[in-house]
Amino acid sequence: MTRFEPKIVVFLCNWCSYAGADLAGTSRIQYAPNARAIRLMCSGRVEPYFILEALHKGADGVLVLGCHPGECHYLEGNYRTVGRMALLKKVLSQFGIEKERVRLDWVSASEGARFATIVNEMTETIRTLGPFEEKDA
Amino acid sequence: MDKLKLALYWASSCGGCDIATLAIGEKILEVAETAEIVFWPVAMDFKYKDVERMPDKRIDACLFNGAIRTSEDEHMAKMLRTKSKIMVAYGSCAYEGCIPGLANFFSLKSILERVYEETPSTDNPGKVYPQTRVQMPEGDLEIPELKNMVKTLAQTVDVDYFVPGCPPEEKTTWLALEALLNGKLPERRSVISHSSKALCEECSLVREGRKVKKFYRPYEVIPDPEKCLLEQGLLCYGVATRGGCGAMCPQAGMPCTGCYGAVEGVIDQGVHFLTALGSIIDSTDPVEIKQIVDGIVDPAGTFYRYSLPVSLFRRAKSV
Ligand code: SF4
Ligand code: FES
Repeated sequence: MTRFEPKIVVFLCNWCSYAGADLAGTSRIQYAPNARAIRLMCSGRVEPYFILEALHKGADGVLVLGCHPGECHYLEGNYRTVGRMALLKKVLSQFGIEKERVRLDWVSASEGARFATIVNEMTETIRTLGPFEEKDA
Repeated sequence: MDKLKLALYWASSCGGCDIATLAIGEKILEVAETAEIVFWPVAMDFKYKDVERMPDKRIDACLFNGAIRTSEDEHMAKMLRTKSKIMVAYGSCAYEGCIPGLANFFSLKSILERVYEETPSTDNPGKVYPQTRVQMPEGDLEIPELKNMVKTLAQTVDVDYFVPGCPPEEKTTWLALEALLNGKLPERRSVISHSSKALCEECSLVREGRKVKKFYRPYEVIPDPEKCLLEQGLLCYGVATRGGCGAMCPQAGMPCTGCYGAVEGVIDQGVHFLTALGSIIDSTDPVEIKQIVDGIVDPAGTFYRYSLPVSLFRRAKSV
């Protein structure tokens, strides 16, 4: 049997996390090839709707990565993301969707290795959960 | 000139929409002058057979309220569609599923178990469940079958117009009726309301850009009647709800619960409101932010109170 390879959409903020992912690349750090990167200006730009739509259109998991608290380029974008993600996880659970399918974390521009670790962890989490299927009548 | 042939029907609804059509007051006389009501189960004695016998497209316009939850709802939606030139989803249930649509959080099986076995007031040792068909000496009796999923009218048949509200406000009803009576209809498939923007635009309560430390349920606080309720920690849905109702609820101290549906262009009303809430929390401490949002009881039920059947993930895992 072939191993399940989850599709993971990763939203990265331009100022920290995308630079961190870039560093992982230029430092030749190996990480799971399951991540599909989408760059946005700030984690605060990630509308929870984007996350639902990603899942709806075939992603098995969604990662949102932003600057560490206190370091957002726009000062408080990532604080908004914290509240939204916490609420979204509750809503997903009520919909019968495992809340582990979405994860918010922080990666600074100098944390290439941390980026790789988070992507690897997320890939394993989703591999264990299995493919995301909408349970519909 | 022939009078406009009007039909009104209720599917899975509370009956409020039928009452709301009467809320137009003396304008009903104007309707009586220009229109002939050919079918209206709640008010007049017609039989389904009368509709069946009509030729196709005999009805000029049908105001259909209620969600599609039973085989009877579905049957009538299809029949009325065939018989009507214009099909209007009237009210939140027909438009977006509304309160009956909350059933989509559960499977039909779990709902029936709850109702016929588990509720504290139920005494049903024989586990007797209602059947759709029963034999009696007089012959077979039938009741409609409950569907596993509650659907909107547009998820069942082609719909020409939508009228929002639980129930629609008098002026919204009149906007739709006037358009029908005069034949001056807006673009097909549009939502008929005085506004396509968020309710906050027409709300007179004062916004000061205040953020909140705690969310309250309406019974927990007496809000300042002059100021925006959301900024006082009440989950006022005005930011993510289509206007046109006149904002009577917030202006009377009661937070908007979202019955006019999503703002034009928004696909999922619930998650739109969730997004807005993320912006008004007064904290820069991730732990405290999580505590504040944890104070919201039943977020999915609150955010999707009227729109679960049209949300992206409209039902829970069978429980
Ligand atoms: S009270 Fe509600 S509708 Fe009025 S401005 Fe505040 S959020 Fe908007
Ligand atoms: S810019 Fe990185 S989280 Fe806002």
